[in-house]
Amino acid sequence: MSGGGADAPEGRRRHAEHVMGTVVSFDVPAVAGEPLGDAALGRAVRWLHWVDATFSPYRDDSDVSRFGRGTLPLADCAPELAEVLRACAAISARSGGYFTVTPGGTFDPSGYVKGWAIERAAAMLTAGGSAEHSVNGGGDVQCAGGRLWRIGIADPLRPGRLALVVAGRDFAVATSGVAERGAHIVDPHTGQPPAGLASVTVVGARLPETDAYATAAFAMGPAARDWVEGLDGYEAFAVTASGAAWQTSGFGAYLA
Amino acid sequence: MRRVILAVTGTVAGLVALLSFKSHVPSVPVSAAGGSGGSSSSSTSSSSSSGGQTQTVPGEFPQGSVAKNLPAGETAVDGNVANTAYGPVQIQLIERSSKIVKVAVLVQPANTLHDIQIGAFAFPKLIGETLAAQNGKIDAVSGATYTSAGYIQSLQSALDKRA
Repeated sequence: MSGGGADAPEGRRRHAEHVMGTVVSFDVPAVAGEPLGDAALGRAVRWLHWVDATFSPYRDDSDVSRFGRGTLPLADCAPELAEVLRACAAISARSGGYFTVTPGGTFDPSGYVKGWAIERAAAMLTAGGSAEHSVNGGGDVQCAGGRLWRIGIADPLRPGRLALVVAGRDFAVATSGVAERGAHIVDPHTGQPPAGLASVTVVGARLPETDAYATAAFAMGPAARDWVEGLDGYEAFAVTASGAAWQTSGFGAYLA
Repeated sequence: MRRVILAVTGTVAGLVALLSFKSHVPSVPVSAAGGSGGSSSSSTSSSSSSGGQTQTVPGEFPQGSVAKNLPAGETAVDGNVANTAYGPVQIQLIERSSKIVKVAVLVQPANTLHDIQIGAFAFPKLIGETLAAQNGKIDAVSGATYTSAGYIQSLQSALDKRA
């Protein structure tokens, strides 16, 4: 890397928040404030922790856990859960069931919730006056603002290196794969890790759908290519287990 | 600055298309931009191992450094040596006015059975990496979700620390 690099220019700051089982990285104007303060960054950080407490399937007392056990009716849950369930149902139908809220057999909408929470955090920054920012939730990124954002795609077969760099404005980039968490995505139709792909990256306008589509595409394996070709407004790039790659026909527009 | 980035984008898209083919036959230098410096095209989608498309290539890549034989106004940038599954690969980009106009191959695996796969994947990746190293402007990294602990070793962590 040359010295200048992506160092935050004057007036910008980065913040990394441990939440939702991962780290959410903010690239924001300095005026967005401190993560513990009352300005936009603080509000976005508190939102993410509220989502974690409400939607985590790993917390026995979360609304999601209680709803999943049948001990808390939907009407008594946070109203956002109904919103999430509607969105998940639509994505599940659109993906032929490859996206599901019961990926391991139990109720777990995390495959949608994380991207949804990140996108909303980005929207809170916009509402708070930020013209340009990105929020990266453990590898799934929402970029906002008119500048050209350059997002590196991690190489799933060579940790620490990039496979590609994509660029866009006001766009979302999400990657699903085995690279960092092991085989955590299974094909809901077989219960087995999908064969064939090391990772799939989907590019779209908003992270909630983009992230969920990446999850579904990875579960599909090689069939994901034709599926994403048929999705309006989304493009995909994949690295196969053997080290080859493919991309959908419009992906070239994002190559940096 | 944005104009430059856009120009490079178009050029790299052209390169990805060209590099989808075997590249070890020494021949005349290729004008990688293919004459069109405009927006990138969908031709980049041909880099598939399963598609099996064939296209004609308007040239091949020079073997070895061409840094000493460049016309005025062109500069050479060497990529890092990348250890692929097939062996070490290193490329050299030739730029003119911040546009890539040629690619030379400095190091490539001796085993040529995998030319197509290397061409379809490793070279475009190396170009991306070389450009990234050269421009050094990555805002964030997308990859399979890391855990809170895994973040420490992630590229994103390195970016966050640089701010």
